[in-house]
Amino acid sequence: MAHDEHAHGGHELSFMERYVFSVDHKVIGLQYLITSFIFLLVGFALMGLMRWQLAFPGTPIPFFGGLFPSDLAPNGVMSGEFYNSLGAMHGTIMVFLGVVPLAVGAYGNYVLPLQIGAPDMAFPRMNMMSYWTYLPGGILMLASFLMPGGAAQSGWTSYPPLSIINPGQTVWLLSMVILITSSLLGAINFLVTTINMRAPGMSLWRLPVFVWAQFVTSVLLLLAFPPLEAASVLQLMDRVFHTSFYLPKDLVILGQAYAGSGGGQPLLWQHLFWFLAHPEVYVLVLPPMGIVAEIIANNTRKPLHGYKTMVFSMIAIGLMSFMVWAHHMFISGMSASLSNFFLVTTMIISVPSVALMTCLVFSLKGGSIRFNVPMLFALAFIPLFAIGGLTGLPLGLTVTDIYLHDTYYVIGHFHFVVVSGSIIALMGGTYYWFPKWYGRKMNDTLGRIHFWGTTTTMVGIFLPMLFMGLGGASRRLYDPTAQLHNLPVQGWNVVATYSAYLLALFQIPFIYNFFNSMWNGEKTPENPWQATTLEWACPSPPPHGNFEKTPTVYRGPYEYSVPGRKTDFWMQTDKN
Amino acid sequence: MGKYGWSLPVAASSYAGKIDFGIWLIHAAMLGIFVLWGTFFVYLLVKFRARPGHNAVREDHDDTPARISVPDSISKFPFAQMLYKNKGELKSLIPDMVIMTFEVALIVFYAIPVWSSIKASVPEVKDPIRVEIVSEQFGWNIHYAGPDGKLGPRKMELTHFSNPIGLDVAHADSADDVVMGNEMRLPVDRTVVIDLLSKDVIHSFFIPEFRLKQDAVPGLNIPMWVTPTKTGKFEITCAQLCGFAHSLMRGDVHVQTQEEFDAWYKSRLATIPASAQPTNPAEEF
Ligand code: HEM
Ligand SMILES: [Cu+2]
Ligand SMILES: [Cu+2]
Repeated sequence: MAHDEHAHGGHELSFMERYVFSVDHKVIGLQYLITSFIFLLVGFALMGLMRWQLAFPGTPIPFFGGLFPSDLAPNGVMSGEFYNSLGAMHGTIMVFLGVVPLAVGAYGNYVLPLQIGAPDMAFPRMNMMSYWTYLPGGILMLASFLMPGGAAQSGWTSYPPLSIINPGQTVWLLSMVILITSSLLGAINFLVTTINMRAPGMSLWRLPVFVWAQFVTSVLLLLAFPPLEAASVLQLMDRVFHTSFYLPKDLVILGQAYAGSGGGQPLLWQHLFWFLAHPEVYVLVLPPMGIVAEIIANNTRKPLHGYKTMVFSMIAIGLMSFMVWAHHMFISGMSASLSNFFLVTTMIISVPSVALMTCLVFSLKGGSIRFNVPMLFALAFIPLFAIGGLTGLPLGLTVTDIYLHDTYYVIGHFHFVVVSGSIIALMGGTYYWFPKWYGRKMNDTLGRIHFWGTTTTMVGIFLPMLFMGLGGASRRLYDPTAQLHNLPVQGWNVVATYSAYLLALFQIPFIYNFFNSMWNGEKTPENPWQATTLEWACPSPPPHGNFEKTPTVYRGPYEYSVPGRKTDFWMQTDKN
Repeated sequence: MGKYGWSLPVAASSYAGKIDFGIWLIHAAMLGIFVLWGTFFVYLLVKFRARPGHNAVREDHDDTPARISVPDSISKFPFAQMLYKNKGELKSLIPDMVIMTFEVALIVFYAIPVWSSIKASVPEVKDPIRVEIVSEQFGWNIHYAGPDGKLGPRKMELTHFSNPIGLDVAHADSADDVVMGNEMRLPVDRTVVIDLLSKDVIHSFFIPEFRLKQDAVPGLNIPMWVTPTKTGKFEITCAQLCGFAHSLMRGDVHVQTQEEFDAWYKSRLATIPASAQPTNPAEEF
């Protein structure tokens, strides 16, 4: 058993071994949790600066303006270069350092081994290594702000040739290679753990939906990241060794013939990038969906509707997500007849997505719905994510994408998916599993304030973006008022900015609640939600090695309200 | 210009209406789906809220026997059995079917035909205006082929701030060409066929009122076309991040009557250096 390998081995664990270089999946999960929440806050702060510039272009940044070096923000007014760095770093940090590590590194690490009844991950040392690769990679990414010329400025998509001639990109590429390596280590570990470490009786059709979601996600990471890793190395070579994988000949940059230009092709990068980045969208979305499924099953007190439909849909989405990447490239100059293929595959992938959402809604039917804080977040996920999904339709349809591509409509669309969808669900997960992590509950009133404040201000940020996009406003404009066609929609930028600052305020109760409840929260019993899955069948917090003795699993994951039983939940481990 | 803060700008090209039709249709459908689902969702939340004396009711599950009878011939298929075993599960696939039908109709009757007519092919018109647009950080160079319909050749080594596209003015085809910076003029109701190029990084040529957008990729020559249908001045903007001054990369397109356009063209032609004047003056445009 894996947990014997690294068990106490006769000596007491030192502080460093226990809390810093720990091989225990639970400690690593919490390390990921705290780190990724911090990165989310950093990404949020960068966006706060951008939002000021977008709403009030050309005015000095209040309070902080004077803190920036004068080449970035002369007289406290953000420069175009600085704006572009903030944009590129906001996107990169949110996706690669915030949401993925939170969804996979934190929740996957902590919950998955418990839910399958394993004592730890299959490779505990590799697990520790994946965190200790992620953290330096992330610090390097942030450190790029201190490099001469500043951080990367070419957007999180890093399209060449711009990315090859702009400053900051080398460090971005290096830290991406490091971060990708970390994700690959994690993905392998999750796959092997799910396949090999399940408790006796835990057949595939008895796995909780969350485990299936993590499993499909890990497959996506494993297959999608290597092409991006290779692509990043090629871009690094273009920058450092003046190869020209992505540079065509005869480039003239700011009036000068560019020495490094050869026989390459800029679109090659876009294909390689989106071959990762589309599956990445599902990496951001599937684990949160799994969390929502867990919370809904628990709080409707009945089995999920269509468990198998959900699992098959997730597998179908996983497979299909590798065939739609070029829907980001309809007007990129890629062959226009190729677009029809990607149009069709994109529409096909919406079918399993609709099936998943339908199952979640139908799961409410016949239930006895408890509206506790985790459930509020899980329920809010459904309509908000639906807006994100629906607004994807006109972007996936070639014709309407001609107009909407690269406008604020796209920004609104994916923020509804990723922020009002994923992050809302991930926050719900925190309230749901907090009693497992610390044996205490988070405060309910603060949780409700956090919930209502967060969801309403989010709509106040992202709905205006959809309106701006319909008006034709381009994304990534340092000064939207420099373009006449943006003037009629400029008011929406102000609305979105104030909503964003309110959103920041509403995170204070959450942060306070989290740390306060860690020490002072109300103590909870082992299974406070009266749940059925395995993570609630061991003490909270679980000891090293998780279960006192290996649990045996007798039934499916959501046996709630089984007729003829005293309690309305029947744990997977209860023999009868 | 007839623009509202939350809606599409005025439509000023021959295909703008087709694109708008799709945008409105999908948004109407989206709104319909959202309201229907939302109503159902709220209904479920109210009806099945936890309260004293109200317990959850399990629906038929995979391992409970089938409740509805199905003809043997159908239930023999393993997949059919899986579906029919559970009435509720089958019902929940109905929204999927409806949306799928809508999407198939959109693809077959709308997206593929309209896309082919806008992007996949350039229409055969007798007498198009021919233009080459060479984008650079941070501006648009608009190169008119002139009455002969032939674009003068360009050479990279001739590129200079006074000749931003490196036009070979000695060549006969260049004689009636005109090059403009950030200013484009087009006669109304005539098709312009454009070659889109870039000297340095990727830009994206976007005229919101025309519903025309196309990336300009260095190394590629990307064809596009448009037929303006309204006179007036519209903005050309860059929709792809192209560097620190990306938001300053803009131009204007003036859509004029044919007479105004011809007069303007002649006045521009006169400004071309003597060395570039044609030996046999080009015919009237
Ligand atoms: C409440 C939180 C957030 C707000 C208010 C917000 C706002 C914004 C804004 C204003 C932009 C700039 C668009 C432009 O450049 O014109 C942007 C870009 C972006 N955001 Fe967010 N964002 C938030 C959270 C997130 C999260 C959680 C993610 C990802 C998981 C994310 C991913 C991105 C990406 C990928 C871009 C594109 C960056 C680029 O242009 O390269 N954002 N966001
Ligand atoms: Cu995609
Ligand atoms: Cu630009």
